[in-house]
Amino acid sequence: MDAVMNAAPLWVVILVKSAVLLLVVVTTFAYAMLFERKILAWMQLRPGPNRVGPWGLLQPAADAAKLILKEDLTPKTADPLIYRLAPFISLLTAFSVYAIIPFGASADGSAWAIGNVNAGILFVMAIASLGIYGISLGGWASGSKFPLLGSVRSTAQMISYELSMSLSFVGVLILAGTTSLDGIVNAQQRWWFLLPQFVGFVIYVITAVAETNRTPFDLVEAETELVGGFHTEYSGLRFGLFFIAEYVNMLTVACIATLLFLGGWNAPFGLGMVPGIVWFIAKVACFMFFYIWLRGTLPRFRYDRLMAFGWKVLLPIATLNLIATAVWVAYWGK
Amino acid sequence: MIAFWVISIVMVASAVATVTAKKPVYSVVALLLNFAALAALYITLSAEFLAVMQIIVYSGAILMLFLFVIALLSSGVSSFNVGPDRMPKAAIPAALVIAIALGFVVYGLSNASIATPAAPSGSALGPVGSADVFGSVSDFGKALFTTHLLPFEITALILMVAVVGVVLLAGDKTPFVGTRERAREVRREMREAILREGGVQ
Repeated sequence: MDAVMNAAPLWVVILVKSAVLLLVVVTTFAYAMLFERKILAWMQLRPGPNRVGPWGLLQPAADAAKLILKEDLTPKTADPLIYRLAPFISLLTAFSVYAIIPFGASADGSAWAIGNVNAGILFVMAIASLGIYGISLGGWASGSKFPLLGSVRSTAQMISYELSMSLSFVGVLILAGTTSLDGIVNAQQRWWFLLPQFVGFVIYVITAVAETNRTPFDLVEAETELVGGFHTEYSGLRFGLFFIAEYVNMLTVACIATLLFLGGWNAPFGLGMVPGIVWFIAKVACFMFFYIWLRGTLPRFRYDRLMAFGWKVLLPIATLNLIATAVWVAYWGK
Repeated sequence: MIAFWVISIVMVASAVATVTAKKPVYSVVALLLNFAALAALYITLSAEFLAVMQIIVYSGAILMLFLFVIALLSSGVSSFNVGPDRMPKAAIPAALVIAIALGFVVYGLSNASIATPAAPSGSALGPVGSADVFGSVSDFGKALFTTHLLPFEITALILMVAVVGVVLLAGDKTPFVGTRERAREVRREMREAILREGGVQ
């Protein structure tokens, strides 16, 4: 009984932290979407959403209301159980990463995170590798051609790019000498890993865009060939869940880039008077902008080129980068 | 202890579901649940690294491949019930073999004095931030690359053999042709085909 009594406050703390974080992430998702639509609109010289609320600021609420009120259709050919389950798998994996992502650190060095695990970055990789199930099961369970093709494409693409992504992580891990996320950030107090691991960073950015199925790697939902890809048959709230998962994954990718390569909450140029959390948010926002910039600029890859690029270009470069980093640390490191 | 029982029940239930499910894809989903529960069990044993690897390797890669093949080959809809039913004949011997094997394990466990690792200091989940607890990444790495280096390298070699084998068996055996040459070839074939059919009207 003692254990339960001692554990109770911890559980309450974790529960409250999780609830707050969930709220923050969902709100960020809503405004990330608006941000994206506005930026894309400006890039294309049009005003973007500006009808709901001042400057279109209430647009996310209107979108949410629409998705919730829309009819939720299940096709006759669909497998009902898995069709319903798939969006939740996507959403669950997208959110569970935030259980360990630290957003800042107190003065005593303890990180602001729900849980701080040793295996940090490996945990992120594990959860991310489960995220594919939502897409592939959803595509399969829809029981029609286009979703199945979309999900098969996505599975192949994500498996291929995951390898190079993991290899780009390993370079950072070798330099930091730890897998825990706050340990990696602390190792970047002198300089960001962006500098010694520039090749790794480029590989990470490319693979991250591919992992989140965004332009120019959005073959999963290539409108011109596959209608809507894996979520063609989904509508209403279930489609909304996939949509949230996609944006939350983008946010995760931006957070990981910040933690691993951009120094986390460490202030650049000795600007320590600004709190770390502000730096963290600013870096994540810059990365998100970069994402949208890509979408506004680049056309889509052709599928065979995408595969060839992943296996014949990215993977060898990532491997060479890893070997070079390992040799450097072994001979001159620390 | 509560966690152990909950996880065990989930594991056994999902394992049974994997075997008895009528649709192949349901089996995959049940097996996914089973792997996730196994990872949770590893965490309660403070084998954090093993838990994470379990998910990355088995759930993320291997099971995904199963799903890929099932979704493509049968569209996942044909049930296992098609084809000759050989299960009843094989069931009893298989059950016997497994029972004997498990019996050996139980016998061995009850007799051998197992070298129990020193109890991890701090909580069972491993104290946060310290790198050298049992089951942590660095602990695992040290063991893997010092004490167990030879088995590790041999395993790597075996996996390499498998990779080479796959390339030999399934790889494209035609010599490499550049995209442009290939396009030229296709054009020529088409032209010949049209000529054979009597030309374009």
